Formats: sequence, structure tokens, C-alpha cells
Amino acid sequence: MSKNVQVAGIYVRDQEEALIFYVEKLGFTVHTDARNGDYRWLTVQHSDQPDFQLGLFRPQAPLVDDATAQGLMEAVAKGAMPPLVLVVDDCRAAYEEFSGRGVEFSQAPVERYGSVDASFRDPSGNGWKLIQAR
Amino acid sequence: MAGPAKSQDPLLLRRLLRAKDRMDAASDEEWPIPRLAKVSGVSEAHFARSFRDAFGVPPHRYLLTRRIERAKALLRDTDRPIIDIAFQTGWNSLGTFGRVFRDITGESPSELRAREQVAPHALEQVPHCYVSAAHRPDLKIAVSEKRRRASLNNEGSEETEVP
Repeated sequence: MSKNVQVAGIYVRDQEEALIFYVEKLGFTVHTDARNGDYRWLTVQHSDQPDFQLGLFRPQAPLVDDATAQGLMEAVAKGAMPPLVLVVDDCRAAYEEFSGRGVEFSQAPVERYGSVDASFRDPSGNGWKLIQAR
Repeated sequence: MAGPAKSQDPLLLRRLLRAKDRMDAASDEEWPIPRLAKVSGVSEAHFARSFRDAFGVPPHRYLLTRRIERAKALLRDTDRPIIDIAFQTGWNSLGTFGRVFRDITGESPSELRAREQVAPHALEQVPHCYVSAAHRPDLKIAVSEKRRRASLNNEGSEETEVP
């Protein structure tokens, strides 16, 4: 087994909503969906990256206190979380496909710097850049 | 605008973000409050206040900064005439553009263009929307060089380095 980054997570407001978005709209598959009471460890995977899981985590007590959880969800909803980048073979085709499934694009494909890129957001507010592989 | 940030409903914030995204995507267009409020599904009466609470600036000022940011990129990356850039980024007159540009950046469009075009491009690896936040090392050198020359012209005395 190779050594690399195994899980990196993002915060989402509602894990069920996030699951539907990442699986049904973006085409990820569920890797782990384990519940323990109110807590849910949920990770999804891109079909080309069997060694990497994207965690869809809800900021919640007791991992953080309620006020902090609220602050984190506000930050996500304001689009203040760090950039996420999804690389595709054909940005325009992916744009058509994803928008057809109801993905909310904040920027249509633009050709620049020798590539094509677009932007979309997940339901929580996390911003993704969709970039065509060079 | 003082005081700690107010707690806001994430669902409301998400809808306000939609209005912000729309301004980002088309900052050259007019974005009166009714149009923005409609995008967010918020009443016109509450939109401006909610937006300011969420993002720290009123929507109108946010739009201005995005227009200026875009104009700066066009001044830097293209050789288009300044008047074209003014119209392309949403201004109706060159005079207003120049005045607001100077108010926000501290220099005129032509001054900024002359200065920025000296620095070479090294941003191809950075996704476009993050470029504006990128630090440009060459710029720093140019500014300190400018300062050095200014201090040399002042008088012969050695000046203390001011960060």
C-alpha cells in the first residue's frame, strides 16, 4: 500500500444533503458511512483516486462546542473555506453534465492560461474550481 | 460597523453568498438592491444590512472593489486602451472610473499599468480566482527601489529603513 494522504475533510451543513450532492450530482462513491449516535463519519471517493477519501463532516458537539460549530457553518455558508480543485479532461463537457444535474455554477467555463476553468459550489457553500487537465 | 460579528443563519448566508457569486461572475453589470435581493430570496428591506453583516462591506462597495480588481487584471494582462477597460468593467464614464480607481488603489490606471507590467507573470499555476490574492515578489522590489530613489533625491542623508 502506498503512503499518501488518505483522508481530507470539508465541513458541510447537512451530511445527507452533501451525500446526495457528491454522489448523485458529481459522481463520487461512498467509501465509509458509519454512525455512532448523532455522529456520522462519512467519506466519499473519486473513481480515479482509490487511495483518497474526501470527508464530509458536520461541525458538531462534542468535537467542537455549539458556538464554534455555528461559527464554522457560517464560515462555510459565506464561502470562506479554502479552495477545492477538481480536475477533469473536458471542462465544458463536465460543466454541461453537472449543470444538467442541478449543480450550482458560480462561473461558466472560461478559457485562459492555456486551460479551461469553471466554478461551482456545493449546497453548504464550499467552492470548487473545475479545471481542465493540461 | 463596529462590534463582534453577528450570528446569522447559515441558510440565509448561503443565499447571500449566491448574490455575491453573481456579482463576481458579472461585475460589469448593474446590481441594484432589488436584483440582488431577488437572487438571495431576501426582502429588499433586509438585503443590504444582511449582506454587510455577512461580508463586512455593503453590496455596492463590494461590487466596486470587484470591478477595480478586474480592471487591475486587465490593465496588467492586456494592452487594451484604458477607456475600453473602464467600459468593460462596468463604468459609464472614464472620469468616474479614474476617480474611483485612484480612491481605492492610490494610483491612476495608467500608473498602475506601467508599474505592474514590469513584473513578469508567474501565476499560470494558480487558479484564476486566487490570483488576486497572490503575492508578487517583484512588486516589492520595485516599491522599495522607488522608495530608495525617493530618499536619495530628498537629501544626501542616510534614512532609516521603514517597513
